[in-house]
Amino acid sequence: MTTTMGLVQSPAPPMAVRTGRTRVRRVLGAIPIMIFGLYVVVGLLGPLFIDYSPVGGDLDDRLLSPGSVLSDGSTAVFGTDALGRDLFGQVIYGARTSLIIGTLVVLISGLVGILVGTAAGYRRGTTDLAASRVIDVLLAFPGILLAIVIAGVFDRSFAIVVVALSVTNWIGFARLSRSMAMTLRERDWVKSATVMGVRRRRIIARHILPFIAGPTLALATTEFAGAILAEASLSFLGLGLPSASVSWGQTIASGKEYLASAWWISAIPGIALALLVICVGFTGDRLTRYFSRKQ
Amino acid sequence: MLPQLVRRVGLMIFTVWGAVSLTFVILRLAPGDQATVQLGPDATAADVSALREELGLNRPMLVQYLDYLGSAITGDFGESYRFRESAMTVVLDRFPATVLLTVTASALALTIGLLLGVLAGRSPGRLVDRVISGITLVMQAIPSFWSGIMLILLMALTLRLLPSAGSGDLRHLVLPAITLAIPFTAIVARITRSSVAEVTTEPYILTARSKGLSERAVLTRHAVRNSVIPVVTIVSLHIGTLMGGAVIVEQVFAWEGVGSLLVGAVGNRDYAIVQAATVLLAIVVVTMNLLADVLNSRLDPRIRAGATTS
Repeated sequence: MTTTMGLVQSPAPPMAVRTGRTRVRRVLGAIPIMIFGLYVVVGLLGPLFIDYSPVGGDLDDRLLSPGSVLSDGSTAVFGTDALGRDLFGQVIYGARTSLIIGTLVVLISGLVGILVGTAAGYRRGTTDLAASRVIDVLLAFPGILLAIVIAGVFDRSFAIVVVALSVTNWIGFARLSRSMAMTLRERDWVKSATVMGVRRRRIIARHILPFIAGPTLALATTEFAGAILAEASLSFLGLGLPSASVSWGQTIASGKEYLASAWWISAIPGIALALLVICVGFTGDRLTRYFSRKQ
Repeated sequence: MLPQLVRRVGLMIFTVWGAVSLTFVILRLAPGDQATVQLGPDATAADVSALREELGLNRPMLVQYLDYLGSAITGDFGESYRFRESAMTVVLDRFPATVLLTVTASALALTIGLLLGVLAGRSPGRLVDRVISGITLVMQAIPSFWSGIMLILLMALTLRLLPSAGSGDLRHLVLPAITLAIPFTAIVARITRSSVAEVTTEPYILTARSKGLSERAVLTRHAVRNSVIPVVTIVSLHIGTLMGGAVIVEQVFAWEGVGSLLVGAVGNRDYAIVQAATVLLAIVVVTMNLLADVLNSRLDPRIRAGATTS
């Protein structure tokens, strides 16, 4: 049997009957990953090819429906907003904002979470107690509330959004690596290393972290989707990002006033956002299934 | 049971203290104190320092913190400069609306989520399961502020069936409750699905089947009952998510609850309201988690027995 990620059922199915269906499922299963890849490419390269300025826009072109021809002769595939700015450009630039913020948040919170979680799970005692209490306190703030307060009271900037979202995002990573470190430290190879006098830092680096890496990657995709949703929610509320930046949340919020006359302003960026989150979610689900089967 | 409960309540008080303190720290770190915010950019330096003196912002930070903590215990978070009223009174005024919204949404989400979860979980891998899993994934991925706007577009502007925003009679409740319930339904359905799927492989299900019980009886009496326990645990962990979702949904539909009040207060830097609202929401989350724990130990005889012997 092939060992392609997440496609092989644990009891090997009879080859001849299943190959056709397996191939179909493999292709279907790859679609979300391909769409996600498309977002990454468009988000990174799109802004190089498409000229879009958040302050530009011709007022003659305001509220044009998708597919209209603009006054400068170009076509607005997704229509224009209330200030005559091209919606297609906003969606592309918004993708870049979402991807960059999502990546930074996951990197920062993943690093902090693994550090705290591994230390708590491996050392236990006071370290574990302190970490658990901090997590308790942070979890008392419902959902996105803490991010709203932080992003709301500080001056708007890119950095504050990343910080506000990372403040609670690391908890998932910490919990995962804590519980894994707790079971791993009882395993034979860790015990032997301890008896052999290997330094603690080295044990964690060589014998514990490599085992945490896989499930953490799976979790990172889920958290990435969560961070993108949370960023969009913040900018929907008008908090966080400077008003000159382009974000899906902002565009959706700005379209709310014009729902009756120009539904596309809110609808299209929302579809772009939901599609991205769905594809990342699918990828994350498959990674989770793959790593939980491997264990 | 009792010593455990005392320990839990102690932890709960600690958590609330932490939340109160963290809110204090964040608001003190923020640029511009309440005096400068309140008087606006045109105020003279003398006016600002006079107000600072009046609000007690010139005292050492530790004294301010202890004073804040002392009044927080009595539920006093100072006066809102916009409402000219005790912040806690303003927040509590808005609280019933938030409770109404979240309770309705939870009821919706639990009913539909359990139903979908059982349907999917009793035949894992089948078409029903795949379809339901797909639907729930989409429901979880759609941002609630967007689904809310789309519901307004469909139900209020196109079909003209329901009002688009505001609070008042029950018709105003329908759209916000549905919007808030969507992601929560997905969470409930997914947990129920995996829980039911796991339970159906247990030996006692086989026993029940071999006794000749009907599939329906096996499902309702043996499978669903036993799969409810993890559902309660995990759902209780998501109460925070629900309350956080309410903050955004209230803003979308101009629903006059604590959430929309809080977002407005953050925008206007009305710190008294921000503090009172965050602390109230934190207390709700922590209390609900505790209640869920107690409920869980009632539901699961194993936990009940374990607690009495310890």
